[in-house]
Amino acid sequence: MDNALIIGGRQIQNRLFIGTGKFSSYPLMKQVLEVCRPDVVTVAVRRVDITSKTENILDYIPKGCVLMPNTSGARNADEAVRIARLAKASGAGNWIKIEVIQDNKYLLPDNLETLKAAEILVQEGFTVLPYMSPDLAMARRLADAGVSAVMPLGSPIGSNRGIKTKELVQIMVREIKVPVIVDAGLGRPSEACECMEMGCAAVLVNTAIAVAGDPVHMAAAFRQAVEAGRRAYLAGLASGSGDALASASSPLTGFLR
Amino acid sequence: MKIKINGGSENVGSNLSLAQLIVDKKLSPEKIVVEYNLRVVPASEWSGIIISDNDSIEILSFLGGG
Repeated sequence: MDNALIIGGRQIQNRLFIGTGKFSSYPLMKQVLEVCRPDVVTVAVRRVDITSKTENILDYIPKGCVLMPNTSGARNADEAVRIARLAKASGAGNWIKIEVIQDNKYLLPDNLETLKAAEILVQEGFTVLPYMSPDLAMARRLADAGVSAVMPLGSPIGSNRGIKTKELVQIMVREIKVPVIVDAGLGRPSEACECMEMGCAAVLVNTAIAVAGDPVHMAAAFRQAVEAGRRAYLAGLASGSGDALASASSPLTGFLR
Repeated sequence: MKIKINGGSENVGSNLSLAQLIVDKKLSPEKIVVEYNLRVVPASEWSGIIISDNDSIEILSFLGGG
């Protein structure tokens, strides 16, 4: 009954994308990925610690997952492009999550620099998914530039505050032709479900799973929530009356009077 | 010879190839990406690059991130 989500030529079955930061260990992260079986997994690019032997995260990510390196650490378009090229050179494929942040307090993205980077990377053949502040005009520009999806934030990264940007994301879902994926801030499965009910194509969750009391069960809960929300969206939600009055669901006329 | 590796200064001997430097650092070639003087260089080119004074080398890999 669902129509497939296709991004960068890849058919996405699982609309829960998973970020790999903040897990207490790679084996735990691997367990989460095995339970959740995401199609898309984000990673970051960093300098190797040449003074000590560190484990490689790729050994803990199931084969078959699309790796989506992010450009975290980039403060402008040039740095984002540089990180994207490095990620591609490492053989991770051509997906890139553009993330350009200058604001260290709220970690809110710089939409203009994000657009500049997107224009360059689309031309270079990347499958580009920009992380952005929800803004219809900018989402249109990004779509025109050829990005494969837009990823508005629900609330600041790692804040677990949920979909505070709901009204703006809803407008984007209605108006933007490319998939809208809520990235950042989702703290509970119910919030992921809400995004999917709104018609978002997918959600990206990291902190809420990685730092949960039991990340494996939390990941499973998020997966179920995403599936439930998607199913509800496809089923067509009953519309609200717009006011606070009740609408009886059982007949009120009857035998008592 | 003084070069920069990942932002830090290091002294290395002369006539050292990029490939040998990677071996010396005990890094797995298939798990890293190398930027040599701001240019990304594929592993196939490492043995042909002889490191010179003041070169800047960045060695990167993936780690967890959202």
